[in-house]
Amino acid sequence: MSDLEAVAAAQGPGAGSPPEPRHVDKRDKPRSLAGDAWIDLRRSKIFWVASILVAIVLLMALFPTLFTSADPRSCALSRQHAPASGTAFFGYDFQGCDVYAKTIYGARNSIQVGVLATLLSGIIGLIFGLGAGYFGGWVDAFLSRFIDIVLGIPFLLAAIVMAKRLSADPNSNGVMAVTITLGVLGWTTAARIMRSSVIASKNQDYVAAARMLGAGPARLMMRHILPNSVASFIVVLTILLGTNIASEATLSYLGIGLKGNAISWGIAISEAGSYVRTAPGPLIWPSIFLAATVLAFIMLGDAVRDAFDPKLR
Amino acid sequence: MFRYIVRRLLQMVLTFFGATFIVYALVFANQDDPLQALAGERPITASVRQALTERYHLDDPFLTQYWYYMKGLLTGDFGTSLTGRKIADMMAQAWPVTIRLALISIVIAAAVALLAGVVSGIRRGSLFDNTTLVITLVLLSLPIVVLAPLAQLIFGIKLGWFPPTAGAHPSLFALFLPALVLGSTVLATELRVTRASVAENLRSDYVRTARAKGLSRQRVIGVHVLRNSLIPVVTLIGVDIGGLMSGAIITEGVFNIPGVGFNLFRGIRTEDGPLVVGFVSILVIVFLVVNLLVDLMYAALDPRIRYE
Amino acid sequence: MTDIKAQIDVLPGLDPRAPLLEVTDLHVEFRTQYGVARAVNGANFTLAPGETLAILGESGCGKSVTAQAIMGILDSPPGFITKGEVKYRGLDLLKLPESERRKVRANQIAMIFQDALSALNPVFTVGYQMAELFRVHRGMSRGDAKRRSIELLDQVKIPGAKARIGDYPHQFSGGMRQRVMIGMALALDPEVLIADEPTTALDVTVQAQIMGLLAELQQQRNMGLILITHDMGVVADVADRISVMYAGKVVEEAPVYDIYARPAHPYAKALLESIPRLDMKGQELNVIKGLPPALTSIPQGCAFNPRCAYVRDECRQDPAPPAYTVAPGRTARCHFWREVVGDE
Repeated sequence: MSDLEAVAAAQGPGAGSPPEPRHVDKRDKPRSLAGDAWIDLRRSKIFWVASILVAIVLLMALFPTLFTSADPRSCALSRQHAPASGTAFFGYDFQGCDVYAKTIYGARNSIQVGVLATLLSGIIGLIFGLGAGYFGGWVDAFLSRFIDIVLGIPFLLAAIVMAKRLSADPNSNGVMAVTITLGVLGWTTAARIMRSSVIASKNQDYVAAARMLGAGPARLMMRHILPNSVASFIVVLTILLGTNIASEATLSYLGIGLKGNAISWGIAISEAGSYVRTAPGPLIWPSIFLAATVLAFIMLGDAVRDAFDPKLR
Repeated sequence: MFRYIVRRLLQMVLTFFGATFIVYALVFANQDDPLQALAGERPITASVRQALTERYHLDDPFLTQYWYYMKGLLTGDFGTSLTGRKIADMMAQAWPVTIRLALISIVIAAAVALLAGVVSGIRRGSLFDNTTLVITLVLLSLPIVVLAPLAQLIFGIKLGWFPPTAGAHPSLFALFLPALVLGSTVLATELRVTRASVAENLRSDYVRTARAKGLSRQRVIGVHVLRNSLIPVVTLIGVDIGGLMSGAIITEGVFNIPGVGFNLFRGIRTEDGPLVVGFVSILVIVFLVVNLLVDLMYAALDPRIRYE
Repeated sequence: MTDIKAQIDVLPGLDPRAPLLEVTDLHVEFRTQYGVARAVNGANFTLAPGETLAILGESGCGKSVTAQAIMGILDSPPGFITKGEVKYRGLDLLKLPESERRKVRANQIAMIFQDALSALNPVFTVGYQMAELFRVHRGMSRGDAKRRSIELLDQVKIPGAKARIGDYPHQFSGGMRQRVMIGMALALDPEVLIADEPTTALDVTVQAQIMGLLAELQQQRNMGLILITHDMGVVADVADRISVMYAGKVVEEAPVYDIYARPAHPYAKALLESIPRLDMKGQELNVIKGLPPALTSIPQGCAFNPRCAYVRDECRQDPAPPAYTVAPGRTARCHFWREVVGDE
């Protein structure tokens, strides 16, 4: 360790302190990477801003009535493009619906689809990545080729085709279709990250030691390899959540996502497009909410990744 | 190295067949009545239906259809769209536009990303750095469904700096705004990677050695650091080119550019199976070739990487 | 040695009769978010041509920082030289503007580092990195620079130099890489070579080869060599004088045999006693209890006092012990050095 590294790590227990007995300083306990990361996170402004934004959006999704008492579906053509009045802070759209209410209620579908799709991607990615990384050999080759194939298909195109296929039933509102589509197409990055983490952990000495002590594959995977691979995986999933929300909006915008009576930011943006010259409000407000939500999740993932990155210490 | 290329080519073939097979399956399985979808409201007579069904092999088992298609593809025949136009013709019209759009986008994105990324990397924590970080974060999160319409609204309509739509044979100037929009989707990541790479390399031991050799700061950064830092970025830019060509659906739609994405979207909407599969097959090939080239470039740039 | 006279004329203020290198009361601190780390607190060194000075000490004692301060390649921020002089033949390098300082590096004072793999740029060939010195500092053409580089590789005994000039650093073994670094350092015939733990990353047999090479080249060129190390075994063979550093200060400075025979500072003594010896088989190893202090909180008085076997009350109080003269050319910063010497 060079002098400079010693300086950079200048935070050890002070051996130069006076020789009377010291009570155990909190600094003396070895800090885990997670502990260090949490301390860094707590200090990061980005983390707090992102968390607050996420909390607000979650509240909007779970309890929209907290934010507005209006009914987003009570529209009257007589109010078409009417300016803001009363509690309709953002005015009315081309159907005469309360833009503010629609925007608030739109959060629910976005979050729901985003979370479920990400969960699905996470599970698939975990299984594939863990399997490929841990077992190696044929399993790895096969799974990696499979990942290549899925990656070879342009995402948006596959999503469009799939969503269209799955929402063929005119009665469905498309939520399941979009969720499955995004879930099934989005797991590749997560799987790759998990795979490389597992491969890196697998070769560590502590795994060899555990195996020598008689640990079977399941225990090795659960107790020893997985915990160390989890950090990057979580970061990828957080960012994936952001992009899934954006993708849902994209699909809805194209008319392939949520349909029927569903309220979604993507649909709102799509519908508002044609009238943008006369009434920009219905385009702008859902756009801002959508962007802010996606931003919040990506910022969160960023902050967590920076906190866990040992190279930035 | 030769063995590596051969292996990669074999993998590419496998991936190509796998990807096109999946797309084919998605398009054709459980298909509604594409002929009806094509005809719209007008009824189709039985004889016309018979003829079209025969011509497009719509009655044959799925695998047979796939076989016919692949055979055609490998002999250079992309088949005919359900609208009657030859797909090869449609591609010949659509591809140049998309390529131009993608190239302009990547040039803009790469130029900004490299310049701003290097400066940010050198001056981490400065005002410039933090501002750039915030801007890239916002860009990263703005979904293109938001960015494209908004850009069109602000710069095309309200400010009138650029034409709001591009049209059939767009000039370079008309393509600028859509290229800017498209480029910003990849710019953010490229900038961050540049910044991180430069910052990391500045702390390397070889920088210390270079300074101990009495080299000027310009040379240390401009020659030694840059040459190392740019490796990951250049490969990323290569991958992005491939992605841009296939991902421009929204942009092409918003700005009315008749490129590959635009045609593709319309083909999906009208359930024009041959068109979708034809275009996607080409996109897959482009994507795979670009990836292979990027990997080879990576080996050329970094002498530590030598494929076996 | 051909260009020495010409080089000296390049810098105004150089006095060929002044000591080759003289570091006086050097203070370096690092301003970090955890506080100010005082890495060097009054270091003094002198070096004469043809002499080998070993700077010995544990990790974190300030030896690398001193070397980098002499070369002027400290990371600043967070490192700052707050006091002291670094005189090369009478010219205080710390007062020179950066453009002049750069001319001194590699030309007059050169440095080699511990890990040659990370110290060399991985994407340029060895030939390029060596020729760069000639092209930048001497304005040589590519052809000439290449030829000189091949000669240098020969001098550091790399077999097949002509073929290897186009190889990349990762294609060499550890020992060969270190030779390349030595060759690069000596390319412009400097008068001083600072070697920062040159053999720490190498096998023992390769270590011996490298140290032998250094000694040979030093003799040929009548070069001053500063050897920074924590390995007392290496030092005994090679050094003329030793400076032992602790917490940023030189606590003892002596000719090598005197230190080994009769150390005058408790730390130096403890270091020597901690070397495992064959005749100690079966006994407990001697260790120095405790840890070196964090540089952000160096103890008052003598920095070694918490770990010292000879400690008294005066040791814990400021001012810190001055450099007592133990003998001509020998100093020790201990109030009770006589006791330490007498104990042998």
